[in-house]
Amino acid sequence: MRTETRPTAAADEPIQGTSLWSDAWKRVRRNRAAVASLAVVAAMVAASLIGPPIIEVSTGYTYDLIPTDRALVRSFAPFRGPGGSWSALHPMGTDIAGRDLLARVLLGGRISLMVGLISTLVSLVLGTAYGATAGYLGGRADEVLMRIVDVLYAIPYMMIVIVLLAFFGSRSPLAQLVLLFVALGSVSWLTMARIVRGQVISLKNQEFVLAARANGVRPVAVIARHLVPNALGPVIVYATLTIPSVMLLEAFLSFLGLGVQAPLASWGSLAADGVQTIAVFPWQLLCPGITMAVTLLALNFLGDGLRDAFDPRGRRSP
Amino acid sequence: MTPLLSVRDLRTWFDEEGRTVKAVDGVGFDVQRGETLGIVGESGSGKSVMSLSIMRLIPSPPGRIVSGQIIFDGHELLALDHDSMRRIRGRRVAMIFQDPMTSLNPFMRVAAQIEEVTRLHLRHSKADARAHAIAMLERVGIPDARRRADDYPHQFSGGMRQRVMIAIALACGPDLLIADEPTTALDVTIQAQILELIRASRAATGSAVILITHDLGIVAGMTDRVVVMYAGTVFETASTPELFARPGNPYTQGLLHSVPNPAAEPGAPLYQIPGSPPDVAHLPPGCPFAPRCSRAADVCRQQFPPFVELAPGHHSLCHFAHDVYDGRSA
Amino acid sequence: MRRFILRRLLVTLPMVLAVVSITWGLIRLAPGNFYTGEKPLPPAIERNLREKYGLDRPWYVQYGRMLGNVVQGDFGVSLRYAGTSVNSILSSAVPVSAALGGLAYLLALLIGIPAGTFAAVRQNAAPDHLSMAMAMIGLSVPSFVLGPTLVLWLALTWFVLPPARWEGFGAHLVLPTVTLSAIYVAYIARLIRAGMLEVLRSNYIRTARAKGLPEWRVLLGHAMRGGLLPVLSFSGPALAMLLTGTVVVERIFALPGLGNYFINANLNRDEPLIIGIVAFTSITILVLNLVVDVAYGLLDPRVRY
Repeated sequence: MRTETRPTAAADEPIQGTSLWSDAWKRVRRNRAAVASLAVVAAMVAASLIGPPIIEVSTGYTYDLIPTDRALVRSFAPFRGPGGSWSALHPMGTDIAGRDLLARVLLGGRISLMVGLISTLVSLVLGTAYGATAGYLGGRADEVLMRIVDVLYAIPYMMIVIVLLAFFGSRSPLAQLVLLFVALGSVSWLTMARIVRGQVISLKNQEFVLAARANGVRPVAVIARHLVPNALGPVIVYATLTIPSVMLLEAFLSFLGLGVQAPLASWGSLAADGVQTIAVFPWQLLCPGITMAVTLLALNFLGDGLRDAFDPRGRRSP
Repeated sequence: MTPLLSVRDLRTWFDEEGRTVKAVDGVGFDVQRGETLGIVGESGSGKSVMSLSIMRLIPSPPGRIVSGQIIFDGHELLALDHDSMRRIRGRRVAMIFQDPMTSLNPFMRVAAQIEEVTRLHLRHSKADARAHAIAMLERVGIPDARRRADDYPHQFSGGMRQRVMIAIALACGPDLLIADEPTTALDVTIQAQILELIRASRAATGSAVILITHDLGIVAGMTDRVVVMYAGTVFETASTPELFARPGNPYTQGLLHSVPNPAAEPGAPLYQIPGSPPDVAHLPPGCPFAPRCSRAADVCRQQFPPFVELAPGHHSLCHFAHDVYDGRSA
Repeated sequence: MRRFILRRLLVTLPMVLAVVSITWGLIRLAPGNFYTGEKPLPPAIERNLREKYGLDRPWYVQYGRMLGNVVQGDFGVSLRYAGTSVNSILSSAVPVSAALGGLAYLLALLIGIPAGTFAAVRQNAAPDHLSMAMAMIGLSVPSFVLGPTLVLWLALTWFVLPPARWEGFGAHLVLPTVTLSAIYVAYIARLIRAGMLEVLRSNYIRTARAKGLPEWRVLLGHAMRGGLLPVLSFSGPALAMLLTGTVVVERIFALPGLGNYFINANLNRDEPLIIGIVAFTSITILVLNLVVDVAYGLLDPRVRY
């Protein structure tokens, strides 16, 4: 039995890059769960972006519109109107102030997804810069940098984040969001740094790096132009898996009242509102909750699919 | 005399993404009691898969034994149920593997790994098993065996670990020992010691040995008979002296030619059989070796060669077997 | 090994102090004070308050005093729960959180390990797909959705279990424990599955089978040891995660545990209580991480400290 050996490419990293990536892409396409998840995520993103404007234009509802008619300032069940009649106006019902829940959930989605994405980007940038440098420098510098990471790992991060948000929380929605990006981004950059460093170390000694250096390319350029693109695989996988976990953290914090503040809403803060009236108006919790669960499920499946695509050994039988 | 092991027309295939790898495709040979049979081939020839097939250790999926017979001491192994096969494994037929570094359980003390086999198959008590384990460790040449019995595998060197593996394999006194490239992963100096150990054990217990290797030097020194495998098929079988003196197959000739000659002038080019081993998922019709054979003719490329008997006990898979045997050039 | 433990213990105190310092720094740097309410206070009262709580001293004196107190284990009196010492709050809250977290993790191990093993042994078959699908759901449904839903279903509709609040270590722990453990069941099942698949592929398992051992012996006697190690490593970071999880669950079920007190302390700007909880939690995490690392060293003979 024989395995094919491809001739190793020379210092030509674009060729190596594409064959790895097109292989991975092919595997992703074959994984039906991953493809379905990608569609769900795309649909969710689209809905959260264009949903609110569509709703506003067609029905006039926004996420914070409280009806002027007193009789409508109460929580309706999905597809129900006054007097229990059937009504297509509120597919998810309303909250206790009469605000359309669908509009709120979609806006919440916009905020939750945005926080998840940007925080992950923050940790990506931090972690990659730190890890790539440590991996490339090697030796003593690497030891020291990684020691710092080890130490930081042992800190109960979330406690400090909670204190940070409780004491520095801002009335201004924008400032609060930025605070959240920084706080949440600083939670996951450690693992990112470790992964990137590992990748860089294994790539560092490969031929195409030696070739680049032999041609006199400066260290910074080596890191940026050669190491980073090739380390990208596991990094992408980890980033895709980080997004849902960061979103979960944000939801927790918003649930506790420390994250996204009124008048903005995220799925976590909507859930917090909904929990209070769960016995009487369960849809207030279940609508944002299930929407969030479905989105996280899709993101997790997608991350899994990507991970399997880049390292298929997990699926193959022994 | 009935052979101890008789393999007939064995086929083990692997189903992978959209293709079937025919790792072993029609292999047959006999092993007599007490004899040492060498199985030679390049990587990818299917020799390891064949040995795993005899033990019925092929992971299934994706592998499956499609057809064939494996008759061991009168029992058809392929027809046995799982429990009966388990009773044979480790007890009547034992196997040692190529990589001693990873083949021992890193979390278990070495004596315990030997005791496990005898307690299972020979129903040893704890005390008996322990005494026997220490005796086995001494027999395979582990110095200070009593004390080292409670060490873990990572505390031994590669050669020592292979000795432990041999101890495990021989603990129940098997009739047949299958050694799959037992020395490939070891230093040359250690190689000789391990091979000597195998030879001595064989002499002491009278067990038969199947020695799988790609190294013709080992074959020459250790075996009574040889089976040459290529692309999942047997290309030649003969007694060892006969094979080296008078090969009957161009592939065997190529192998013999490839052994570096220490007496040759320095700087003389090393001979290599041209080309590379085929992909056993996509074999061409005709002889699998034809693309690389210097005497390949049209018939070779079109028709699968016959298994010709050149002399009693000497067979070759070739259209021109007699020509090769008699030394006629292409 | 002994030196390893000693070294780690020596590092613990400085690290705890570092964490406490950062926390203290954040609290002091933030705008406002604990007594800042809706109305500005008359200057005389404000001066008295400042004197009472030692806020009129220079910052480094206050810092030094705080550190000194922490080192002695004296966290002072809560600013919010007048008259109650932080230590007494800790001693009443810690057992609740410990019970909740401990039981949740235990439950996760009890369910996750067999589920993951089963999935690995029957890879790509129905049990595998089923377990992993359920694990995915466990990972994706947030506890603040799962908890109240369970309450709605089991407590309010079917009256099987008490919905919330604390009345001792009994039935009141059931729903919170299940809610908290869900995500860990998922993590552990997946880890075990991945670990077992890796181990089952390895050469020493092939050797075990070649010895003629029955498959259950191969699994339990040989594969388990290697397959469980990843879960042990995971237990370290899992503890840190458990922290956040406990906070939310205690909130939902109104349990008087550390997490609930911590959030309240933050909302009330109750500095002594915050510092006390942070210090205690940091020590606990560091010590437990050390225990995990030591256990790993004991279980894996290849590891040397």
